[in-house]
Amino acid sequence: MAQSRIRALLLAPAGIWYLALLVFPLIVVLIFSFGERNPIGGYAPGFTFEQYANLPARFAAFRNTMTLAPLGTIAALLIAYPLAYYLAVKVSPRWKTTLLILVIVPFWTSILIRSYAWIYLLGGNGIPALLETLGLGEFRLINTPFAVLVGIVYGYLPLMVFPIYVALERLDKSLLEAAADLGTPPWRSFLQITLPLSMPGVLTGSVLVFILLTGEYLIPALLGGGKVFFVGNALVDLFLQSRNWAFGSAVAVALILIMLVIVALYTRAIKRFAYGARRDDAGLI
Amino acid sequence: MTKDNTPITRQKFMEEFRRYQKGSITRRHFLGATGLGTAMAVMGGAVPGLMPGRARAQDLGNRVVLATWPNYHDAANFDMFSDATGVFTQVNVFGSNEEMLAILQAGGSGWDVFVPTNYAISTYVEADLIEPLDLSKLPNYDPAAFDPRFADAGTINGTVYAVPKNWGTTGIAFNSSRTGGVVDSWKTFFDGARDQFAGRVMVHDYQLTTIGNALVYFGHSFNSVDPAELADAERLLIDVKPHLFAISSDYQPSMRNGDAWLTMCWTGDGKQMNDDMPEIGFALGREGGEIWSDYYAIPKSAAHREAAYALINYLLDPDVNAREVLAHGYPVADARTNALVPEELLNDPILYPAAESLNALEFGAAVTLTDPNRAELMARFKSA
Repeated sequence: MAQSRIRALLLAPAGIWYLALLVFPLIVVLIFSFGERNPIGGYAPGFTFEQYANLPARFAAFRNTMTLAPLGTIAALLIAYPLAYYLAVKVSPRWKTTLLILVIVPFWTSILIRSYAWIYLLGGNGIPALLETLGLGEFRLINTPFAVLVGIVYGYLPLMVFPIYVALERLDKSLLEAAADLGTPPWRSFLQITLPLSMPGVLTGSVLVFILLTGEYLIPALLGGGKVFFVGNALVDLFLQSRNWAFGSAVAVALILIMLVIVALYTRAIKRFAYGARRDDAGLI
Repeated sequence: MTKDNTPITRQKFMEEFRRYQKGSITRRHFLGATGLGTAMAVMGGAVPGLMPGRARAQDLGNRVVLATWPNYHDAANFDMFSDATGVFTQVNVFGSNEEMLAILQAGGSGWDVFVPTNYAISTYVEADLIEPLDLSKLPNYDPAAFDPRFADAGTINGTVYAVPKNWGTTGIAFNSSRTGGVVDSWKTFFDGARDQFAGRVMVHDYQLTTIGNALVYFGHSFNSVDPAELADAERLLIDVKPHLFAISSDYQPSMRNGDAWLTMCWTGDGKQMNDDMPEIGFALGREGGEIWSDYYAIPKSAAHREAAYALINYLLDPDVNAREVLAHGYPVADARTNALVPEELLNDPILYPAAESLNALEFGAAVTLTDPNRAELMARFKSA
């Protein structure tokens, strides 16, 4: 009896938190998605599939998100992995803490302010002006999908670096020594030992970054000049501009479902890659 | 204001004022040097609503929340209001009437005073979100002093729900050193965006003005919700989109740093940019466009109602209002305030365009705020 009471007490704060701030709002969104738009905006009760039938009207927003979110995740991974590897394996302990702090410090500043900094860096008087002075021709960087990609990779890089760093840090060095003793070249022990064992970090980092990117709206609005339209931007407009809360809820539900499917498929693919035939070890992740 | 009994010259006042705005002198120094401190003390004594007495201060509370538009107030006025009443003004800035309406509809906005535009007020009344005003608590509001064109929309079915703040227009701001002269038509605006100004033109992230001005390009009404006319506007906007610099209502930074040469622009922004960079001009579209007026109103949900009335009343005081005009560059429809505003401001063609050029302009219509087709058009334009 005492045991179960303690368990209840331990779980109560998180339980109430999730119930009030996750489960309850999700139920509201689900109910709204079957409702109708009030003629003066807002929500009117009802039961209709009209909002879901209307989803193709936001196809372009889904397409943009599902192009730039995976691209951003891959780009962040390609930049983060070598950095995390360097931090975990190569760098001297004297510099390690300093460099780790340097990775995390920008994260302490609001993403809004950091994105505004990019507006000036990528704007006409920033990097393009520098390239022009160097005689490399005329460039337009700000308000392009490329600028949005730069912004999201920059913004979410620490979220990719740290899980990979932790995975590599924990790696048992004796495995590598054993491989070397048995004559394995370094590139092979990287591919056969280091890379598979760091996959849990890669998985965590990618899923974290991907999920946040699919809901992103601030960076496309600021660095895309309002011309790069993500599902997040569609949602903001549906709730705050056209005030079509029923349709907005249907778009939100669709986004959640698409995200769940993609994350499930991705997790399975990574697990298969990391553990190959040894399926019984998959539980380790 | 005659020269001999002015304690400080206009020029000197503006110099001190700019120094205060830049933060190079303190508020205390500014109030002392300009005589405004004394004026405030005298005024505070003369206006019972501003008496800093303990009982009054308790009535008003210590906080009032104002929901308003960007670059639309003189921060020094809020400091003085706070000094006189003990009420601190918390200013929240928003981007569109749609957004304000959405937040009030959702509930829990926390606002005590907000600033709706003419065309939005009837919808607030319909949604029962706005308080009928008790004019006895607004002694500084003198309806006779206001041009009715810019005050009428605050009264719905004989009840006053909102009192006028400023009016203005939505025209075109152009960087003449880049555009090679004045741009004063929507034809040049949208055709140029695909041609000689490609990559340098900005439109608002706002259905009313962006769709409205595209409609005006074709000679349709700014407020049209006719499907065939909206289809024209959509064709134009989607054709222009790849050549636009941005779709954003925050156009001042890009215009100032030279990235953008041409933008849809509200009066005060045009004035502010023109003051700092004379090469940036402002003109109305020859074919038409928007004329608007903004109002002060109190949401039904206001928690600090007495403070809300006190703040509106304070801001409608002609002296306070004149300082607001100097700060934001939007015209007022109040004859008492205009009597205190420097002559050159009243003659400024950006603030007060020639009367006949206003004839082609239209006030926004309530239907645009709630029409689902305009909202969907905007979404298709932005995601195209």
